[in-house]
Amino acid sequence: MLRSMSRSRLVRSFALGATIAIGVFALRTIGARAQEPSPSAAAVAPAVTEPAAPAATASTAPVAAPAAAATPKPPDPTGAITGTAADVAVKDPANPTIAEVMETVGHNKISINFVWTLLAGFLVMFMQTGFAMVETGFTRAKNAAHTFSMNYMVYPIGMFGYWVCGFAMQMGGVGAVAALGGTAPLNSEFTINLFGHAFGLMGTKGFFMGSDVYDVGVYTLFLFQMVFMDTAVTIPTGAMAERWKWSSFLCFGFFMSMFVYPLFGNWVWGGGWLSTLGKEFGLGHGHVDFAGSSVVHMVGGMAALAGAIVLGPRIGKYTKDGKPVAMPGHHIPMALVGTLILAFGWFGFNPGSTLAGTDLRISVVATNTMLAGTGGAITSMIYMMWRFGKPDPSMMANGMLAGLVAITAPCAFVTASVSMLIGAISGVLVCVAVFFVEGTLKVDDPVGAISVHGVNGAWGVLSLGLFADGKYGDGWNGVPGTVTGLFYGDARQFFAQCIGTLTCAAFVFTSFYLFFKLVDVLIGNRVSAEVEIAGLDLPEMGALAYPEFEIATSTGSSGALPAPTPMPAPATAPVPAKG
Amino acid sequence: MKKLEAIVRPHVLDAVKTALQEVGIVGMTINEVKGFGRQKGHTETYRGSEYKVEFLPKIKIEVALADEMVDAAVEAILKTAKTGKFGDGKVFVSALDQVVRIRTGERGEAAL
Repeated sequence: MLRSMSRSRLVRSFALGATIAIGVFALRTIGARAQEPSPSAAAVAPAVTEPAAPAATASTAPVAAPAAAATPKPPDPTGAITGTAADVAVKDPANPTIAEVMETVGHNKISINFVWTLLAGFLVMFMQTGFAMVETGFTRAKNAAHTFSMNYMVYPIGMFGYWVCGFAMQMGGVGAVAALGGTAPLNSEFTINLFGHAFGLMGTKGFFMGSDVYDVGVYTLFLFQMVFMDTAVTIPTGAMAERWKWSSFLCFGFFMSMFVYPLFGNWVWGGGWLSTLGKEFGLGHGHVDFAGSSVVHMVGGMAALAGAIVLGPRIGKYTKDGKPVAMPGHHIPMALVGTLILAFGWFGFNPGSTLAGTDLRISVVATNTMLAGTGGAITSMIYMMWRFGKPDPSMMANGMLAGLVAITAPCAFVTASVSMLIGAISGVLVCVAVFFVEGTLKVDDPVGAISVHGVNGAWGVLSLGLFADGKYGDGWNGVPGTVTGLFYGDARQFFAQCIGTLTCAAFVFTSFYLFFKLVDVLIGNRVSAEVEIAGLDLPEMGALAYPEFEIATSTGSSGALPAPTPMPAPATAPVPAKG
Repeated sequence: MKKLEAIVRPHVLDAVKTALQEVGIVGMTINEVKGFGRQKGHTETYRGSEYKVEFLPKIKIEVALADEMVDAAVEAILKTAKTGKFGDGKVFVSALDQVVRIRTGERGEAAL
């Protein structure tokens, strides 16, 4: 019995082996046939560029080729003979001109930059996943589908708005981006003149990515800038989670991606007035923000602050005497995975912001980025253990993100040890800021978005003004010389950073405060108390995140120490908070 | 007939079940429950705010049994569920008026 079984197995495996052998043989035959014409094709190819005369040889080539042309390239397991002079297109391989070689070198340089920038952009796109997981993990199960859906829809909504007019307003006047081979069509900036100085306000070219900007460089820039914008737009969803009406969220998504983000982005990255503070007023290199501590994170954080103030705290967040009540997130592992995804995506965010794989400073940028994240995670953990005896996982996550946010502006301009220091300060700063926002301002921010992105975004751009070591950034924003911070001798650079920070805070906060107040009047920002208590998943989204496990309680936790305030004020009159 | 409700720590469930089977119990119903007694809850902090875990997870075991088996069953639970610390739980014993086996319609001890 056993033997007969093993024998039949033997027969079967033999048959299988034979089939594979035949298959491989057939494939190799086909492969060889496919290769055969290649020498003749190679012989024909250069002939195309040559004058008409060799046409006759071309016609005879198929016959002559196997013998006459260079022997076909053998397999190259080590890569030593792949990619040679033969791969450079020249008219006469025997006498390549320097111009032809230069052209190839230039094309290759820009190719490397394109590939680098696009891949970095793909990494940043993946950060949407990280944000969705962090924010959903830190909120309660009854709102998980709603929180995740906001983080999901912000991607297409933001992209749509950015395609309509966001990109044009932000980058329409950026001029030629040399690293991308010159983005020639983006040449139109709306500028006003005050006191004899030019103030660029917004770009005016590239609406709908129309045919006037149909250019490979512009398309690369669009993709990269688009994912940055989406990162900013997804930040406020965390601070406003668990009570935000879906329709108000939709309005917000368009407003931010079409107007507020592009305007501030233009002022810093698109050739606008903050970037020309150096050229026009001698303030260092103007407001410098390498990868977006202010443009992306502080903008997101300030929008989050305005939104959370107008929305008011979640029901049960504060006791009658104003003490904050803990509302633990429902999925800490999800939040920590999200944090690591964000840290991974940051390798696209910061090093990608060179827009150039040929700028070898990328190694410094990438290393600085990871070091600052580490510094933030460690100091926030130590701080929480010192204050409360245990390393609160949610604050460890906030700490790493805080370090990453802070290093985003200075990552290209500082040393490794300074990066660690900037991150370490962020880790403590984010803890203090969370307690301040929640305990003193009485603003309810379930995930710490205001503290992580707003506060540490500001710290990031300011730290650049302090610690930039003068080794990098020659010619940045059109100002000759390298970017140098206060501690390395350029106080005016720090001053420019202060102006950028204050502008961001004032402009973004005011815009969104007014916007949310207006939405409050028109359609309302907040769900009803009944919906909030039941959880937003069914009433707002029509789907429960976890239908099999649903137990709806008023706070979602197993009971809170101080009795929560019973029923809230109606949605239109949120619990007052200092603003 | 008596009904026995035992509130025990979740991790002793297997030991209690085996011990009860050894003294001749042939069926039981369990529930995951939450509650507090002298163990009270404990206080934790989340993002700097305190919260109290007041209701601790326990397992409730319900057994219907003949009068003469009660002592052995209680003894089996005491032996397996006791750690000596607050939070070991309680056993409630109460009178049971009637038992009906749905499949056959048997009543009383025959249905146990």
